[in-house]
Amino acid sequence: MDLVSTMVKISGVVGVLLLVVAYMVLAERRISAWAQDRMGPNRVGPWGLIQPIADGLKFLLKEDFTPNYVKQPFFWIAPAITIVPALMVFAVLPFGSFLGSQKMVIADLNIGVLYTFGIVSLGVYGIVLAGYAANSKYPFLGGIRSSAQIISYEIAMGMSVVPIFMLIGEPGLLKSLGGEGGAWAKFLAGTEGLNFSRVVAYQAESLFNWLIFKQPLAFLIFLVAAFAETNRLPFDLPEAETELVAGYHTEYSSMKFALFFLAEYANMIAASGLLVTLFLGGWSLPFLGLDDPATSVLGGVLHILIFMAKVFAVMFLFIWVRWTLPRFRYDQLMQLGWKRFVPLALANIVITAFVLWTVAGGQA
Amino acid sequence: MKVQRKTLSLAEKLYLPAIFKGLKITLRHMFKKKATMQYPEEHWVVPEGYRGAPYLVRDQHGRTKCVSCQLCEFVCPPKAIKITPPGPQVNPNVGNVEKEPKEFEIDMLRCIFCGYCQEVCPEEAIFLMQDYSLTGESRKEMVYDKEKLLALGGVHNDPIEKWKRKEMEAREQGVG
Repeated sequence: MDLVSTMVKISGVVGVLLLVVAYMVLAERRISAWAQDRMGPNRVGPWGLIQPIADGLKFLLKEDFTPNYVKQPFFWIAPAITIVPALMVFAVLPFGSFLGSQKMVIADLNIGVLYTFGIVSLGVYGIVLAGYAANSKYPFLGGIRSSAQIISYEIAMGMSVVPIFMLIGEPGLLKSLGGEGGAWAKFLAGTEGLNFSRVVAYQAESLFNWLIFKQPLAFLIFLVAAFAETNRLPFDLPEAETELVAGYHTEYSSMKFALFFLAEYANMIAASGLLVTLFLGGWSLPFLGLDDPATSVLGGVLHILIFMAKVFAVMFLFIWVRWTLPRFRYDQLMQLGWKRFVPLALANIVITAFVLWTVAGGQA
Repeated sequence: MKVQRKTLSLAEKLYLPAIFKGLKITLRHMFKKKATMQYPEEHWVVPEGYRGAPYLVRDQHGRTKCVSCQLCEFVCPPKAIKITPPGPQVNPNVGNVEKEPKEFEIDMLRCIFCGYCQEVCPEEAIFLMQDYSLTGESRKEMVYDKEKLLALGGVHNDPIEKWKRKEMEAREQGVG
């Protein structure tokens, strides 16, 4: 029974995810057009809503060309390695409270955050491998840049979330949420420190508890690092068109290229999901009784919709920023990551620790 | 040479205010009226004096104004115009007062819309009109013949009607 419900959840999440990815591409094109006083694709179906299907068909029907100088096995496996981690991040994100008796998270891991960072780091392998396998200079440079960029920003990103779990780790979290026997007790059953469910539980109480307000600096660092990790403008150096043609996927065509393309958007959704869960209250809203885990099916569906709405809002921000800011220079990117964000994140940890210590009365 | 660089204020160094300013600008543009025209449905209104495709015109009496003088053919820089004059035989309807061309062809693929034909025409028989998107499925289709040019050109009101007077004079003298 457990296996069946997990399978259902996986297929549901992956299905929705791929659909959202497809429509993200459309959203990106429409929003970029609006930002430039254009209309964007609006011919295929009403408001261009069938456009993703047309795009997908195009990708499928194009010639899948493999240059004869590439390193074949790696060339073939790289797109898969890129997209799988992007989809796997969602396994630990609680995208809703309860639907019936099912907790709306695929794998309720107690090492949630560690898992996420581990998986996100895996994504870089696909890109590096693609750059290496293509055996040509632009993909090679793109792959190298990407690995340097992702590794650098992972440090800042990882350290930026440490204060969050210092806050979450406070004892008595469950007590302030209604104690044993309540809906929260059921939701948090068996969870420990690093579980994402606890992050949501912490933020559900009030709007002020949203960690974007409690940890604005952490939010800023995480947001910028998320841009860098997903290779989005202003940090899209791995595929900087003006200098690297298309970066690591220059030699790819057809569906293999589409996989990189989709992975980029899947990564974006994953990053948005993480942002929402960590800083924006996850599936909860601090009013209308939506702050507690749902007891009815309607409430459960509402929570899932709230989560999706928040994710869409963050993704709009991603797109909005992309069409506003110019690309950073490579040294600026590295400087920002190592010389600004890493010290800031460290300072944030120390300050948070100090404040928590003071609040606790200065005891060890 | 040493480049003078302005020392940045703290706000400028932080870069964030600049980002917000930029975001504000793009957001404003998202709700602005779009510059795009929905082309096949909407058409551009051409300004007066626009030089579109050259067409032949008739006067208000339905008479073809062109008299095959071939000046436009001569002046046409890309040699897009080809006129076949009627030769010596007389049109029984109008007598010998005019020489309507037997065939008049404009190759719209060669035409550069310079307007020399209109400028040089002594009869005000050819005009550059407002059509700017000419389409066809073959090169042959893009060579417009006399019927097509006249149909597209329509009627041009001629205030002088000099050929009507000439025709009357010719009738009075019993010629034609």
